[in-house]
Amino acid sequence: MDPLVIAGRKFDSRLITGTGGAANLSILERALVASGTELTTVAMRRMDTEGGPGVLELLRTLKIEPLPNTAGCRSAAEAVLTARLAREALGTNWIKLEVHADERTLLPDPVETLEAAEQLVDDGFVVLPYTNDDPVLALKLEEVGCAAVMPLGSPIGTGLGIRNPHNIEMIVSRSSVPVILDAGVGTASDACLAMELGCAAVLLATAVTRADDPELMGTAMKHAVIAGYAAREAGRIPERFWAQASSPDRD
Amino acid sequence: MNIRVNGDTRAVADGATVAEVLAELSVDRPGVAVALDGEVLPRGAWAGQKLYEDARLEVLVAVQGG
Repeated sequence: MDPLVIAGRKFDSRLITGTGGAANLSILERALVASGTELTTVAMRRMDTEGGPGVLELLRTLKIEPLPNTAGCRSAAEAVLTARLAREALGTNWIKLEVHADERTLLPDPVETLEAAEQLVDDGFVVLPYTNDDPVLALKLEEVGCAAVMPLGSPIGTGLGIRNPHNIEMIVSRSSVPVILDAGVGTASDACLAMELGCAAVLLATAVTRADDPELMGTAMKHAVIAGYAAREAGRIPERFWAQASSPDRD
Repeated sequence: MNIRVNGDTRAVADGATVAEVLAELSVDRPGVAVALDGEVLPRGAWAGQKLYEDARLEVLVAVQGG
């Protein structure tokens, strides 16, 4: 498998396994290792909330790069401040930009996301924006200088898979930055489909961390992404209406 | 004087610095970032930055998420 390259940086794994939702750090550790991920998301929160710095120590031990997100932000201004705090706290200029429109859908606010992306790119960040499965917005995010675009398959945490595969294909077909399917993955076949549609990588968390056996689901996702990538590269057969025998005619 | 730390009111000594307040709260560790009145305050400026009445301090850390 060719490496995934984002902003000039190479990754052997095309799966980004987030840390959210794991019941404890030991479950998280086994799941992350099983998934083979080299990059994982963390959130920025007030110091007095639970979680603590434990997760960063774990990532350091596992040599997995933290990718801070701006989850929970509702405006461009909030997201920009959170990104700057994350840069200060973690010493990285990479940011997973998320601006949620409302709590019920957690869908990206397209106007605020684009605005924040522009400001963060100007401020020297490597911006990976969580976006709708909207080919128009994806192109605009690329135009303002985002290092990747991360369309959702379906809303965060729903496990509904890829509801509009054609949109994902359209985004892929005219993107010159990596397209990373982000959100909505429920099981291995969803991650595999994302890769078959041409995505460069898959970002998921809940599907692994809240599975009955997170470690085993981490393994499943790792193989799903590899299989989907290989299938895409191999070139699938065209679909046909009628059967076509694969054995020779009888004499 | 009173300041606000992560939304809670807190009494601190007049003229206390950001570094002193963070040490008092035992949160002056690696992986922590601070905003003062909505602007990032780099770690290097914590010791020199004096606080004032009604200053809003946000102390953030990376946690599991996303």
